[in-house]
Amino acid sequence: MIRFDAVSKNYPNGTTAVDELSLELAEGGITVLVGPSGCGKTTTLRMVNRMVEPTAGTVSLRGQDIREIAAPELRRGIGYVIQHAGLFPHRTVLDNIATVPLLLGWGKKKARSRAAELLELVGLPSSMAKRYPYQLSGGQQQRVGVARALGADPPVLLMDEPFSAVDPIVRGELQAEFIRLQKELHKTIVFVTHDIDEAIKLGDHIAVLRTGGKLAQFDTPERLLAHPADDFVADFVGQDRGIRRLSFVKAADLPLRDGLVLPADSPVARARAADEPWVLVVDGDRRPLGWAAVADLPSGGTLADAALTPLGHTFSLAGDSARAALDAALLSPSRLAVGVDPQGAVVGVADAYELSAAMTGDGTAVDAAAEEGTAEEPTPGDAAVEEGTAEEATAGDAVTAKDAVSKVTVVKGETDGGSGDDVDGTGAGGDGR
Amino acid sequence: MRDGEPLIRWDWIGDHIGELADYTGVHLRLGLLPVLFGLIISVPLGILCHRWRWIYPPTLTAANVLYSIPSLALFMIFVRYTGLTERTVMIPLTLYTLSVLIPNVVDGLASVPEPVRQAATAMGFSTVRRVVQVELPIAVPVVVAGVRVAAVSSISLVAVGQLIGQGGLGYYITRGLQLDFPTPIITATVLIMLLALVTDALLVLAQRLLTPWARGKGATA
Repeated sequence: MIRFDAVSKNYPNGTTAVDELSLELAEGGITVLVGPSGCGKTTTLRMVNRMVEPTAGTVSLRGQDIREIAAPELRRGIGYVIQHAGLFPHRTVLDNIATVPLLLGWGKKKARSRAAELLELVGLPSSMAKRYPYQLSGGQQQRVGVARALGADPPVLLMDEPFSAVDPIVRGELQAEFIRLQKELHKTIVFVTHDIDEAIKLGDHIAVLRTGGKLAQFDTPERLLAHPADDFVADFVGQDRGIRRLSFVKAADLPLRDGLVLPADSPVARARAADEPWVLVVDGDRRPLGWAAVADLPSGGTLADAALTPLGHTFSLAGDSARAALDAALLSPSRLAVGVDPQGAVVGVADAYELSAAMTGDGTAVDAAAEEGTAEEPTPGDAAVEEGTAEEATAGDAVTAKDAVSKVTVVKGETDGGSGDDVDGTGAGGDGR
Repeated sequence: MRDGEPLIRWDWIGDHIGELADYTGVHLRLGLLPVLFGLIISVPLGILCHRWRWIYPPTLTAANVLYSIPSLALFMIFVRYTGLTERTVMIPLTLYTLSVLIPNVVDGLASVPEPVRQAATAMGFSTVRRVVQVELPIAVPVVVAGVRVAAVSSISLVAVGQLIGQGGLGYYITRGLQLDFPTPIITATVLIMLLALVTDALLVLAQRLLTPWARGKGATA
């Protein structure tokens, strides 16, 4: 879709913003360019719509060298969103959104009705149509900025730190909204940020650039966290990448047990028989009521008579990740996380140690679970299996090291193959060194 | 002033209402057309100065030099070419507006936030279209501020044109001096001041109507 071929940008004063960058961005996905300031990520982005012209190499869009397209024409087919929205202060919200359709000569009426549609799409009420940008909050302006970029329904969107100028709460909302929109629109998006958390949250693929405009690694977020290519990437990704990787493990894949989950009408003796310090008391629909400390239970009667300790928070097997599950375990009075189904009924519980068993040392099982959503329960034993497949891993390297995009494809292809060993082999093989 | 002569003889004003109105019209024309011409010259010059910054200092210096030439001297120069006509008054007044209007056009264009300019480029505006449809409209408040100063000073300067017989209401000032008769002097002076103030108020109103988006100044983009 968008292809960088040995692209460099050198300035007359001798600085190199982008150095021999080759990258191929898949159609319909979000590619995040991330790196410290001065790594050339914004320059790279702006080369796509010719706001910056490379000094060497070519950028092509659907196989066509973009230098063959007149810049204004090229730009009308590429949406652009920037940090401070950059709305036209003298135009109403509706006319801002209608900008590109008007430039394309759609006519006022058609352009405005399209703009009204987009206003709704980005979640703003139609009462805002006649307002001017100064009357909007930062978050609302940013939404209008996104709507304006979508004006003529361009297949490609360039987004330059679009959410970094708003407060963290609004940023979270905008990111969630953005993910929802993208599910609907399937645009090819190039997204620049300096925030690795944002990159991991939003990106289908992440290109980590280092100062001087060199590509350090191009990979999926899961694999970036599991297998940083070098110390720079590992450092940039951060100390807590182990914890963050848990976001990619589905809670549904975690091992849970339910022996200590007891209905409120159970006799106290049954709780004692469970031989655990805590039991989880549930109602008739298996909804959690609270924890009962076995040592403090009355001598007779049912669990309904026991004093219960509040739950803390539960995690949902339907939508949450292992990160939420681990958090639930750490905050729980019993140190046990409670997993519930979409109806809120308890499926089972697990402690941090049991949860960590699903998150093996180097993350291969994590990759498999995240990429394929397999129902198999990885155990700590998997780590040993993986060491045994080192040869496969080497073979995998040869295939995958050449081209970042094909690497991703290969990984997907192999995991689809199915057996546990294959999964492990791929995991180690794709580590890009 | 003669003994017993009052400062204002209201009956004189009543007798001359029609004539005063005619002179007021002429005065307005002599004062405001130069501002319009000045704007027509300043906008393109300001755009050029904004685009190529190195042109700006010499252009501004030239405008200030023109402004420093006494009006009397300019009238005497132009009277050789354009005679004792309104043009001889309007040309110097036009030149005087430049030293206010050019910097305001340049500052107005500079007031366009950089993200807005970039967004416009990235949306696919050609350079000309961007200047006309985005940058100039955003520059309007700053340009109008300059127009207000130029208009007020131009309206009060018109009276000097009476030296070549084209001074609008200035006529009554010289006439009153010659006749040692204060009523026309005071009347004309007050009218000129009123013209300036009303023009200024109308410009403020016009700007409000033209730029409803600028009320929350500072909160743009």
